[in-house]
Amino acid sequence: MTDVFVRDSPLRRSYLWQGGHTLRSWLLSTDHKRIALLYAASITLFFFLGAVAAALMRLTLIDPQGRLMSAETYNKTFTFHGVVMVWFFLIPSIPATLGNFLVPLMVGARDLAFPRLNLFSWYLYMVGGLFTIACLLLGGVDTGWTFYTPFSTMFSDSHVILAVVGVFVVGFSSILTGLNFIVTIHTMRAPGMHWYRLPLFIWGIYATSIVMMLATPVLAMTLCLIGLERLFGVGIFDPSLGGDPVLFQHFFWFYSHPAVYIMILPAMGVVSELICCGARRRIFGYRFMTWSLLGIAFIGFLVWGHHMFVAGQSMYASMAFSILSFIVAVPSAIKVFNWVSTLYRGTIDFHAPMLYALGFIGLFMLGGLTGLFLAAVALDVNLTDTYFVVAHFHYIMVGGSVMAYLGGIHFWWPKITGRLYSERMAQLAAVLMFIGFNLTFFPQYLLGYMGMPRRYHQYPPQFHALNVLSSIGAVVLAISYLMPLFYFARSLRSGASAGPNPWQAAGLEWMTSSPPPEHNFVETPVVTEGPYAYHEHEEQA
Amino acid sequence: MSVVRLPQASSFAPSIDHMFDAMVILCGVVAIGVFAVMIGMCIVYRRGSKADRSIPVAQQMGIELAWTLIPFLLFVGIFAWSIRLWVHLRSPPADSLTIYVVAKQWMWKVQHPDGRREIDALHVPLGKPVRLIMTSEDVVHSFYIPAFRIKQDVVPGRYTQLWFKATQAGNFQLYCSEYCGTNHAAMLGTVSVLPASDYARWLVSVTAMTPEQRGRQLFVQMGCSGCHDPQSGIRAPDLHGLYNMPVHLNDGTVVQADDAYLRESIVFPASKIVQGYTPIMPTYQHRVDEEGILALIAYIRSIGPAPPAASQDRSSHD
Ligand code: HEC
Ligand SMILES: [Cu+2]
Ligand SMILES: [Cu+2]
Repeated sequence: MTDVFVRDSPLRRSYLWQGGHTLRSWLLSTDHKRIALLYAASITLFFFLGAVAAALMRLTLIDPQGRLMSAETYNKTFTFHGVVMVWFFLIPSIPATLGNFLVPLMVGARDLAFPRLNLFSWYLYMVGGLFTIACLLLGGVDTGWTFYTPFSTMFSDSHVILAVVGVFVVGFSSILTGLNFIVTIHTMRAPGMHWYRLPLFIWGIYATSIVMMLATPVLAMTLCLIGLERLFGVGIFDPSLGGDPVLFQHFFWFYSHPAVYIMILPAMGVVSELICCGARRRIFGYRFMTWSLLGIAFIGFLVWGHHMFVAGQSMYASMAFSILSFIVAVPSAIKVFNWVSTLYRGTIDFHAPMLYALGFIGLFMLGGLTGLFLAAVALDVNLTDTYFVVAHFHYIMVGGSVMAYLGGIHFWWPKITGRLYSERMAQLAAVLMFIGFNLTFFPQYLLGYMGMPRRYHQYPPQFHALNVLSSIGAVVLAISYLMPLFYFARSLRSGASAGPNPWQAAGLEWMTSSPPPEHNFVETPVVTEGPYAYHEHEEQA
Repeated sequence: MSVVRLPQASSFAPSIDHMFDAMVILCGVVAIGVFAVMIGMCIVYRRGSKADRSIPVAQQMGIELAWTLIPFLLFVGIFAWSIRLWVHLRSPPADSLTIYVVAKQWMWKVQHPDGRREIDALHVPLGKPVRLIMTSEDVVHSFYIPAFRIKQDVVPGRYTQLWFKATQAGNFQLYCSEYCGTNHAAMLGTVSVLPASDYARWLVSVTAMTPEQRGRQLFVQMGCSGCHDPQSGIRAPDLHGLYNMPVHLNDGTVVQADDAYLRESIVFPASKIVQGYTPIMPTYQHRVDEEGILALIAYIRSIGPAPPAASQDRSSHD
């Protein structure tokens, strides 16, 4: 193993070797690329923990009586799944791994603005993670990831406080990461890299960082209030103490709706990169793409009440939140149309990253269109809190964010590791994932339409067949998630050397060696053209 | 595959389904269109194909505006359609039959106007508008009858309401759809829609006190009458004719004496003090349950002298 490293000279001149190769040199590294890998390893771990919980639920739901586990265990399982997948996987996924690795490279900087803060963010993430794991080991929590009051504050006798502390801590990690990105993008762009020359990935990260910084403090405050009421009986949300349970829902969704955009905006950025490279075309409507990202981030703050149409909020408030939810869908529609138009007159390669990107567009569109049903208040009354909603947000978050994340990992893998992977296997996994995903979640739309409420560990017999179908889909999905572990491991051991730019892609990150040296660029690059300069390459060829 | 359309058992169901179907068609057309264009492009412009690859313009204002404005206008249309239905969903007719629902972990308790009570079951008359006034004794639950296409969260400390008109006799499933703890999935019930005459017979098949009678009984038992009855020696407001009237508070504000206000007066008497009185009323928070509070409110609502708003017999006035 070390032999390979020693002989392999591109590796010796890269961040993988230069910063030292002890465990300590990794755990104390302030190199954004190494920190990105620390995050990658830890979120992968949490992803598979959350996935095991999902698998157990799908297994339980094969049986209408749900005899595999008790109601209590089932409730703890979906809570764990939600908490882990939202806060320990989806939110950090693209920003903390790809963002950390690529933001300095793409803007032509040596590192992030605050390298030590960046390392600190990872430690915060890990501390939050430890609380969550501790909570699981001590018996778990059964409130759902939404921590609705007064159940979470006065009625649940599970480990609510541990879970809340874990989420509280990890929230600061995301605030600090957002801050770091914003400062970096503002102040450390290479000469000539003005705002409208930034790749859309950077715009996506930028928009997300703003949301992280503005929304996460509200979550932190809300979690503190849960602690105050639960530990000290300060009446805030529990009506028997004079509090208001609906107030909690306002606070919670004021954060958690924007959190959806924390998860999807960077994914949109990734997909823009992949589509342009895969079609060898400049992005269609670049300025509309940038402004739609910012538009979503901004309007996204004004729609939280669409989670509460039947929660007891006033009829008129629901109307306002409904129209705003429709408005926030407009920029998303613009993005889909622009991506598809980018294919026009392109030269399309169907390598794995491109397959993921195309899959993303399809699934994101289906998730978005079903979102329109939920934004229409009168339809939402029937559909909310059923499996229709479960299907809807999994289309956006798993079909959207996870597909984009994996597409991005495949695209930049050669840059990160300096190695190629088996293209065949990767294409197969991408296709399987698309099929498995639809098989798992499309039946859930139908279940919701038929009236099956969510968070049920047993259900009436008319829902049986579709639940079995969904569980079968989950098996396919699980296989497609495990496959990359194998071919990526093989790539690390024996993959062919990638060279600086295996995709012939545009972008500063491809102009340095793979893997990049410790300070990214030997000479600070000077930017003379906009992003996605694929047409120019073509003319030269 | 066993996808079954739900029965359309309430007056809302056909119009909601109608809109749902229209949305499925609209979104289906959009989705199929986008997929078709995407797949078409992938085939025509795959690497190695013969196709025109001269460089297209990178942005066209006209196209961008078109696909910004057309979706926007469509959305406004959908919004308007749904709002019409929504307002209807939220406007119980004046002649609705009022039934009280109290949720608690993990059961539904129902109280009918004539005093008949039931658990995890709700009997309603066919073709007559029914208004449910609901509250919870513990956590948030949600009252969901898919066959009626209605759902409303049931929130502790508040009264939420819901109305419907059943249009089909039979039994329909009631679910709790807001996660409420361990046995959430078992918090089910049956809604039985009976022809009006059967419902009337069902109501009186068990003799029970009406909520007003029970309320009066509690009013005396719990000592309310000792302060509030006009002949008592203690200075406390007379509750006759109070319901739905404006109340002047000692901080100068005026509130309406609706259900929520009455509930608050009983549970947290100190939070709103009537002008000219001292806060001597004790809290009844742990001494009376939600059903008892509903009965007390029903009693207060029932006692005259009856100004029009609190009148029992509204039809003769309007
Ligand atoms: C010790 C005497 C006392 C008892 C017992 C008492 N109350 Fe009161 N109540 C008062 C006084 C004094 C006020 C006015 C001051 C205030 O608003 O708290 C009042 C106010 C109210 C009001 C608001 C009246 C208005 O005009 O707005 C309601 C409703 C009410 N009480 C209901 C009840 C009920 C129901 C009970 C029994 C469960 C009860 N009270 C028991 C003394 C009492
Ligand atoms: Cu939302
Ligand atoms: Cu429930």
